[in-house]
Amino acid sequence: MNKTICFHFNVHQPLRLKTYRFFNMGKDHNYLDMSANRAVVQRVAADCYLPMNNLLLEMIEQYQGAFKVSFSISGLAVEQLKHYAPEALESFKQLAATGCVEFVAGSYCHSLSSLVEGKEFEQEVKAEVAMIKKEFGQTPTTFANTELIYSDAIGDRVAAMGFKAMVTEGAKHVLGWKSADYIYANALNQKLRIALRNYKLSDDISLNFGGGAINADLFMEWLGATNGEVVNHVMGYDTFGERQKASTGIFDFMKALVGKVVAAEGMEFATVGEAAAAHQPIGVLHCPHPMSWADEERDITAWLGNELQNEAFSKLYDMQSNVNKLGSDDFNYVWNFMKASDNFYYMATKWFSDGDAQHYVNPYDSSYAAFINYMNVLSDCQIEVEKALEEKKAAKKKTTKTA
Amino acid sequence: MRVLMFGWEFPPHIAGGLGTACYGLTRSLGKLGVDVNFVVPRAYGDEDQRFVRVVNASDVNATYTSAPVDTAEQELWRRVKFYEIDSNMVPYVTPEDFEKERKAFEESGCNAIHSQIGGDVWKERYTFSGKYGANLMEEVARYATVAAQVARDLEGQFDVIHAHDWLTYYAGMAAKRVSGKPLVVHIHATEYDRSGESVNPEVHAIEKAGMSAADMVMAVSHLTRNIVINRYGIDPSKVVTVHNAVRFAEGQEIEVERGVKDKVVTFLGRITYQKGPDYFVEAAAKVLKRTKNVRFVMAGSGDMMNHVIRRVAKLGIADKFHFTGFLRGDDVKKMFAMSDVYIMPSVSEPFGISPLEAMKSNVPTIISKQSGVAEVLDYAIKVDYWDIDAMADAIYGLVTYPALAHIFAEKGLQEVNAMKWDKAAGEVLDVYEKACAMAK
Repeated sequence: MNKTICFHFNVHQPLRLKTYRFFNMGKDHNYLDMSANRAVVQRVAADCYLPMNNLLLEMIEQYQGAFKVSFSISGLAVEQLKHYAPEALESFKQLAATGCVEFVAGSYCHSLSSLVEGKEFEQEVKAEVAMIKKEFGQTPTTFANTELIYSDAIGDRVAAMGFKAMVTEGAKHVLGWKSADYIYANALNQKLRIALRNYKLSDDISLNFGGGAINADLFMEWLGATNGEVVNHVMGYDTFGERQKASTGIFDFMKALVGKVVAAEGMEFATVGEAAAAHQPIGVLHCPHPMSWADEERDITAWLGNELQNEAFSKLYDMQSNVNKLGSDDFNYVWNFMKASDNFYYMATKWFSDGDAQHYVNPYDSSYAAFINYMNVLSDCQIEVEKALEEKKAAKKKTTKTA
Repeated sequence: MRVLMFGWEFPPHIAGGLGTACYGLTRSLGKLGVDVNFVVPRAYGDEDQRFVRVVNASDVNATYTSAPVDTAEQELWRRVKFYEIDSNMVPYVTPEDFEKERKAFEESGCNAIHSQIGGDVWKERYTFSGKYGANLMEEVARYATVAAQVARDLEGQFDVIHAHDWLTYYAGMAAKRVSGKPLVVHIHATEYDRSGESVNPEVHAIEKAGMSAADMVMAVSHLTRNIVINRYGIDPSKVVTVHNAVRFAEGQEIEVERGVKDKVVTFLGRITYQKGPDYFVEAAAKVLKRTKNVRFVMAGSGDMMNHVIRRVAKLGIADKFHFTGFLRGDDVKKMFAMSDVYIMPSVSEPFGISPLEAMKSNVPTIISKQSGVAEVLDYAIKVDYWDIDAMADAIYGLVTYPALAHIFAEKGLQEVNAMKWDKAAGEVLDVYEKACAMAK
């Protein structure tokens, strides 16, 4: 049987908060740094989304079905593309129309809702599925959670929503001696197939490529040396043109690599969903504690690892029922961008300030500054939500009285 | 009476309370007919190689008051003459910080801890670093050398020497040696207030030398007077308490539209151990257990800030406890205008001007018993800094019972309006006279 090669790209753009001080509270309810958001989205669209999409389109046409990729794209990213870079959204739609690109579902807000009880996670996934259907004309059957966060219980919830497969990290501490290059089954619901990221080869492209030592021939050797049935390359889409600038030759590398894989004996491309369907699970994967693709630890401490993050997270989800009760578009909009995992990532204190690769996207000077700003916005939002709820109640009373 | 006074700073170039205090004091001394020769360190660029320059006092003053200076005011300032000595001495900086800053500045051209001392002060003084002493102690010694020269030049033009805080003690002592005139040192803060128990021995030694050499020692509170007597072993008979007063810069009242409906309890100051920020946080958590319609604000920055933020998060009150960072100018006024309660839980505070500013803005105030200002205020709630239950009680009372808040706001305003530098200046003049009499 052929070795299946998958490329799965993750597209996400958070909405950056502006500097929101105590003095703004109660008066100013525009929380976003609109110009920063526009600037970032337009830059990434120009440097990454457009050129890489074009390259993918070209190759799909050239190899006539022999080259396939898959995407997960957050609702927040799509909303922003619509506003700031509609041409980039258009090119994603073109990709979707080729029939060689699978759109994989995730959480709409790139949130951590899968770690919370209740229906928030399910609602977000529903919104994401609806968005993919509307924008890209596909009904996703594969799921890739925010930052590939996964546990047995999360997998079970995903399976209950009707997904057939889920992508997560091939984390060493979960796999032990087992190989990431096979398909596994969820421990609670064995109908759900688990595709695992080959982090070594994925990181060689997304993190290590810029060093200049990696070329298509060498990478083919590495691919050939893998023993399993499937090799999943999962990475942030901003790898192409952002993390690895065009000047590193990343685009040429991808072009060459795809050509070689298509030509190679015993290798074929598939989308992650196709690969998970084509290969039988060789075992059950046990993962009682949430894992992710982040850091050396591959756990969730990048987002929920210190008291600042825990406090912000619990205060945020305390608002959940009130926001749901309101059912207002305005508040849902704020609620959505506040949930984005990025907000919590900025508050992490686990890294030292040595210009870590993780920090290149952080708009704050320190975790503390991130926390203060986020809590100011959240507090104002809290007040506004409570006010709106009271008004709603009062209005209801009035109508029942007059009736 | 004619005075040769050594200070650190004078408005508008101030980083803290000492400059404002000097301003209020010299102004009122002027009213009493005292001539003041005020010497301040201030670094200039290469364009001026002279050590000392005399500055027209009304020029200095004009930039401080925004209102046009009237003739009576000008008349007043004619009695004050300024001598600026090229020096990069910076107030509120420990010798260790000085060293760190100097290096940082030389390397990067900008300062690292500017948020704590006010950025421009440092930059202004350090632009031409090569000319001056490499460390703070050298600079203090150099300042003393120049001070001796000033004293020689002004021979016969002053009757008494007045030195404010340790940076200027060597200068005061040098001037005394040259002129034979009596020396009065003025203690606004001691090393124990600044550094707790981990005092810098060099600074301590200078303080002790200055106090011992002085004919009279003035302390800003009984609290500080006790420290001078007990910790520095100074003869009680020559140590006098002269409480500070407060003079509010002319300026229009700030109208602020309040954003939040909740009551606002404010802490404003450096977030350092001496200011007791952690006690405030614990008290806040206690208050929030009882009532929800209150918010807490910590305005300022300092080395304990991150610790305090973590504690707030841990207590789960971060949606009700806000941090503004370092505030300046109008933002400070705005903060006062938005506050319902002001709290100063200082572990050790020689005097403490900020509660007076709060009271001036009609804000009921809670202060620690360990602050000098507690000795002169009746209409402020006083608690031990460590007594978080009492603190929580006081906060709860002021935000819940309007009558209580009203009394403290109204009477507090009257009280603070009655605190005049004229009275303090009269006491200072008494001290000068005593010192002169003793020297004879």
